Amino acid sequence: MRIALFVTCLADGLFPQVGQATVRLLERLGHEVTFPQAQTCCGQMHTNTGYLREALPLVRRYVDVFEDCELVVVPSGSCTGSVRHQHAMVARRFGDEALARRAEAVAARTFELSELLVDVLGVEDVGAYYPHRVTYHPTCHSLRLLRAGDRPLRLLRNVAGIDLVELPDAEVCCGFGGTFAIKNGAVSTAMLADKMRSVLATGAEVCTAGDSSCLMHIGGGLSRLNAGTATIHLAEILASTQDSR
Amino acid sequence: MITFLGMPYAPRGVGHLRGEQPFPVAARAALADTQLRRNLGKATRTIRAKRAAVVAELPDWEELRAAGQAIKQHTLARLDHYLEQLEQQVTARGGTVHWARDANEANRIVTRLVRGTGAAEVVKVKSIVTDEIGLNEALADAGIAAHETDLAELIVQLGHDRPSHILVPAIHRNRAEIREIFLREMPGVDPGLSDTPAALTEAARLYLRRRFLSARVGISGANFAIAETGTLCVVESEGNGRMCLTLPDTLITVMGIEKVIPSWRDLEVFLQLLPRSSTGERMNPYTSMWTGVTPGDGPQRVHLVLLDNGRTAALADPAGRQALHCIRCSACLNVCPVYERAGGHAYGSVYPGPIGAVLSPQLTGVEDNASLPYASSLCGACYDACPVRIDIPSLLVHLRARHVEEAARARRVPTAEAVAMAAASWVMASPARYAAALRTGRAGRALHRGGRIRRLPPPLSAWTAARDVPAPPAQTFREWWRHEHGDGDGTAG
Repeated sequence: MRIALFVTCLADGLFPQVGQATVRLLERLGHEVTFPQAQTCCGQMHTNTGYLREALPLVRRYVDVFEDCELVVVPSGSCTGSVRHQHAMVARRFGDEALARRAEAVAARTFELSELLVDVLGVEDVGAYYPHRVTYHPTCHSLRLLRAGDRPLRLLRNVAGIDLVELPDAEVCCGFGGTFAIKNGAVSTAMLADKMRSVLATGAEVCTAGDSSCLMHIGGGLSRLNAGTATIHLAEILASTQDSR
Repeated sequence: MITFLGMPYAPRGVGHLRGEQPFPVAARAALADTQLRRNLGKATRTIRAKRAAVVAELPDWEELRAAGQAIKQHTLARLDHYLEQLEQQVTARGGTVHWARDANEANRIVTRLVRGTGAAEVVKVKSIVTDEIGLNEALADAGIAAHETDLAELIVQLGHDRPSHILVPAIHRNRAEIREIFLREMPGVDPGLSDTPAALTEAARLYLRRRFLSARVGISGANFAIAETGTLCVVESEGNGRMCLTLPDTLITVMGIEKVIPSWRDLEVFLQLLPRSSTGERMNPYTSMWTGVTPGDGPQRVHLVLLDNGRTAALADPAGRQALHCIRCSACLNVCPVYERAGGHAYGSVYPGPIGAVLSPQLTGVEDNASLPYASSLCGACYDACPVRIDIPSLLVHLRARHVEEAARARRVPTAEAVAMAAASWVMASPARYAAALRTGRAGRALHRGGRIRRLPPPLSAWTAARDVPAPPAQTFREWWRHEHGDGDGTAG
């Protein structure tokens, strides 16, 4: 299949390895990956901070860029959630019904990585190899906005060599929440402290998730503590093979 | 778009809908209270597990939630009709209905009614709405003592404190503190009082029993009012409410106008949803219902005060009005990771937690509670737990947008945040500007040590206070792609 990658602004600027891993993984599975270079950002930060007027041009850009694509993959649950649950709402708030309809049509073809793999491509064993102790944090928007359920875990369980350990209180938010982490830094940090306690209790070397933003939060805390546990995006684990090591 | 119907918000200077400090400031203080953190963590964890267990028992839980939502939507769309029907039915059965447009008017009505009886004391059923309007203070100003009879409300009242949870108002107190409060504030208490739950309960029981037997006036809120028969309903756990509702000669009920439901068949839905969601019980121990006056049995003078206090203003916002569906179960508080850590006082309103963050700003006007819609990471746990399917995360975003729009209209100079957001939007609306910005961001590499950045200037210093930031990579994704594939999108041919 031909699949367009919406890499997200965060992965583009800070975590290019996540985009690269997504490309490598999908190509290994025999698909053609395209990267429309006119893409920028889904506008979630603007929308969730209340700046809907400022989000509108970003919604329009996303629709313009990806409208002709058959399938769009996003290595982020929350950016997928924004495309699916917020783009049409933003357009309607400013009376642009035509844009809202187009946004809904593109959103219906936009999938978070684990959704794309399991639901669209029908694959749970991607042939990955990752010989490490790993715990998985189901990010809030994957879990409750996309209802991604156990798709990421099904993919991880099929990774060769992996020692997958369950994360206690996994479904509790890590405290990121976009600008919440800045505006309510103290509460955000208190939530992070509990999440780190759970992650460290597993004894995992690696905490993984489908969202670079939450991983940046958890990883930023673990790094500050020199805790000896790293954060790595789900795409990077799924892209790893015996040869790539 | 919001249709402005000219409806007034809850007035300032009366009641408890506005905090003294913005949420982040109040929360920071609460986070340092280790006892509070432990109490909240333990209590919410316990009640979450109980709720999950009893909800899982019902195969039609999702259908019940949908039914609860549909009934509330229907009722709010015909609120005028059902309120007039309720008034008619209550009046026909010997009760008296009063209409209060706000807290001041409701307080005046209740004070006048109590004065009319000549009583200097009243007993109260646990009620959030009377706390919303500051009724106890208004009565005290008129020389009338209001005695809270719910155990937790009693602890809060004797401690000269504020409730911190809708259902468990004294969740922030432990038994040693309760013992101290009782010894200090409860007349005639045994000086050898221990801090065991049984001893504390017995002390409260003896204290309250005297109040029940001497009270001539009872004051309550209402969980539901059934329009078709004019029946009022209070659900509770202790039976103390039942005492207040049946022993005094005069019963005054204050109720928000959104509490009316059309029929008894609708009550059936809510009596399944409410106890499971609030206390994690299949059924609450006491359900009291009364219809006007029954000669020779129970209160012979029955009053109902219907309160607006900003509710019609909330109703005027098509997106915001679903906050009025709330049945005050507090399930959203118990699953909220922000509430669990910050506690109820940080919200500054009698309505804390996720529902408070979307209800209080609508009752007071967003300006007066501007920090509350931001007091959430938008994790969505509240929406999943809500028995009437209030989409709290979307509502929070909607109220943030209202705040931004109203602030932009009110200010001549935009805030630094508004400027930054507009600039980010301008940059990201163009791929060329965006790519240039990413290249500029790479200058941040100068700040890193060992691949991480430990300190950034404000406002990002709020992040780096506790969290590192990874150093920007040598090559962005799009630079890598262009290096690999050139200018194209990678499409073959």
